[in-house]
Amino acid sequence: MDTESTYSGYSYYSGRSRGSHRHGERSRDRHKSRSKDSRSEKSVTINTPPAEPLLGDSAVRGEQVQDDNWGETTTAVTGTSEHSLSQEDIVRITKDLEDSVGLDCRRYFTLTLAVILGLLVFLTPLAFLVLPHLLWPERLQSCGTACEGLFISVAFKLLILLLAVWALFFRPPRAGLPRVFVFRALLAVLVLLFVISYWLFYGVRILDSQDENYQGIVQYAVSLVDALLFIHYLAIVLLELRQLQPCFSVCVTRSTDGETRHYNLGQLSIQRAALAILEHYYCDFSVHNPALLSASKSRAAKHLAGLKVYNVDGPGNNAAAGLAHSQSRAMIAAAARRRDSSHNELYYEEAEHERRVRKRRARLVVAVEEAFTHIKRMQEEEQKKAPGDVMDPREAAQAIFPSMARALQKYLRTTKQQHCHSMESIQQHLAFCITNNMTPKAFLESYLTPGPTLQYSRDHWLARQWTLISEASVTSGLKDGTVFLLKCVDFSLVVTSKKIPYIQMSEEYIDPKSHKFVLRLQSETSV
Amino acid sequence: MAFVPGQPVTAVVQRIEIQKLQQGEHLILGFSIGGGIDQDPGQNPFSEDKTDKGIYVTRITPGGPADVAGLMMGDKIMQVNGWDMTMVTHDQARKTLTKKKEDVVRLLVTRKSLEDAVKHSKGCYPRK
Repeated sequence: MDTESTYSGYSYYSGRSRGSHRHGERSRDRHKSRSKDSRSEKSVTINTPPAEPLLGDSAVRGEQVQDDNWGETTTAVTGTSEHSLSQEDIVRITKDLEDSVGLDCRRYFTLTLAVILGLLVFLTPLAFLVLPHLLWPERLQSCGTACEGLFISVAFKLLILLLAVWALFFRPPRAGLPRVFVFRALLAVLVLLFVISYWLFYGVRILDSQDENYQGIVQYAVSLVDALLFIHYLAIVLLELRQLQPCFSVCVTRSTDGETRHYNLGQLSIQRAALAILEHYYCDFSVHNPALLSASKSRAAKHLAGLKVYNVDGPGNNAAAGLAHSQSRAMIAAAARRRDSSHNELYYEEAEHERRVRKRRARLVVAVEEAFTHIKRMQEEEQKKAPGDVMDPREAAQAIFPSMARALQKYLRTTKQQHCHSMESIQQHLAFCITNNMTPKAFLESYLTPGPTLQYSRDHWLARQWTLISEASVTSGLKDGTVFLLKCVDFSLVVTSKKIPYIQMSEEYIDPKSHKFVLRLQSETSV
Repeated sequence: MAFVPGQPVTAVVQRIEIQKLQQGEHLILGFSIGGGIDQDPGQNPFSEDKTDKGIYVTRITPGGPADVAGLMMGDKIMQVNGWDMTMVTHDQARKTLTKKKEDVVRLLVTRKSLEDAVKHSKGCYPRK
């Protein structure tokens, strides 16, 4: 169970397996089938990507980091998953296929354990009540009023327990974590031990001796249900309440462009903290755009290419290691001394780029505003009068899109965002804005500033590609100074945690009447 | 004219004797004072050191007894009839100067030009 540390994220539609331990080790549900259906299908669909990227000409395609439009090869459609993939996903899926078999076993194993435990726990009180009637009915004392009252209490408590367990454990799993969720495992063990001890007692003291006092047996069953409710309370406290109080401040930095955020977390294990951080990542961090990093990479390449150090003494030198060390030092010294004008280039390049972006943005804003003036919402009365040439939002969007398409395309190309938005998505967004009476500025907002990753299409999410890299065990708790990495395909998130300090507050009482003032003055008296 | 706490204050002073003038039922001296340990020293336009809380002459009635006696605007009053004026409140200074029973006040006043004159006569800074 602990062999893999692949952390595959949550994907709601996919039929892929997930090492999900969070779901229902204590679940007592009987309606598993409906949730199972959505998860058990393992089919994979490979379609031609329907999304035509905005940048259509092949001349510039070479610049792009990702090639969305590889659509010449269409392969067979199997199954009915809504997942549509691009080239990178194919590579990942082959990797997934190898992992999936192991993870599937894990998941089904825990699922069966949880179901068995749930059934055991739910049926035990009923068994306690029914067995005496089956085994020694004639010797059993009849159930009086108080005893029957206890039946009602057992019934309602069991109902409450069922609802509470449904509320707490019967939720769609958010993620697949690499290791066992320690608290859930502990709770499952506790419940199991508890039920077993109750059965032992019941078996020895009641079944063996065939106790006639039925009221006592019913009270015993009621005490079991009460104790189960208390264990559920313990589960709420351990699983939900304990991490609510913020205890650590974590600093999350993206390794490629340095975007940093800080979050407050409670006392969590490292894997749960990683999950919480990733959920925040999808909402807060702007989408990762590899095209923006090319400039610094080219500068770095130029630095390296500037100097070459040759070893004129030939190979096979004994002090090779020391020589390499002194070589690198010589390079650094020479690089520091030489007159490098690359900072100049950078400055002018950035100023030029800024100017270009602003000019294109101005053109874009004007084009969009003009395009929006071409359509107007039709009122109810007018709808009856002039039925001709009436369009629904989609058609209206398609009608005004060509007038702004060029300006938008140029702007996206300048800000290197063209691979994030396809023509289809832009038209959809335009139709959406028209339907909701948004202004041109509101329409443009999602293109002018890069938004969080969730705003873009699924292939930018990469939700299944996260790996948790940590020196400490991932089920150990967060401590002051914990550092771990969350690696995705192109970048990684570096997470460091710091403990929120213990705050000592003292009080000082101020009497409201003590606020008195005098004028500072220089008075002049004549004598 | 700044003072160092704990050290005696030294200054070059001029003795000025003013005869009080009877005006109606008051005896007036013909000048106005400002300053005092209960006042804001930063607002004193005449002091060199803006933490100096001494009593300064802020206005002189032209032709009055103080003018006749040679008191000048901006003088710091160090003593009045033997009573110290460097560490008094404004009101105490006023009362000391306007005692009804006295009709003469002998002031010790200091000003910057006195210091400069002494220094010049000692030849401390050579004039070119």
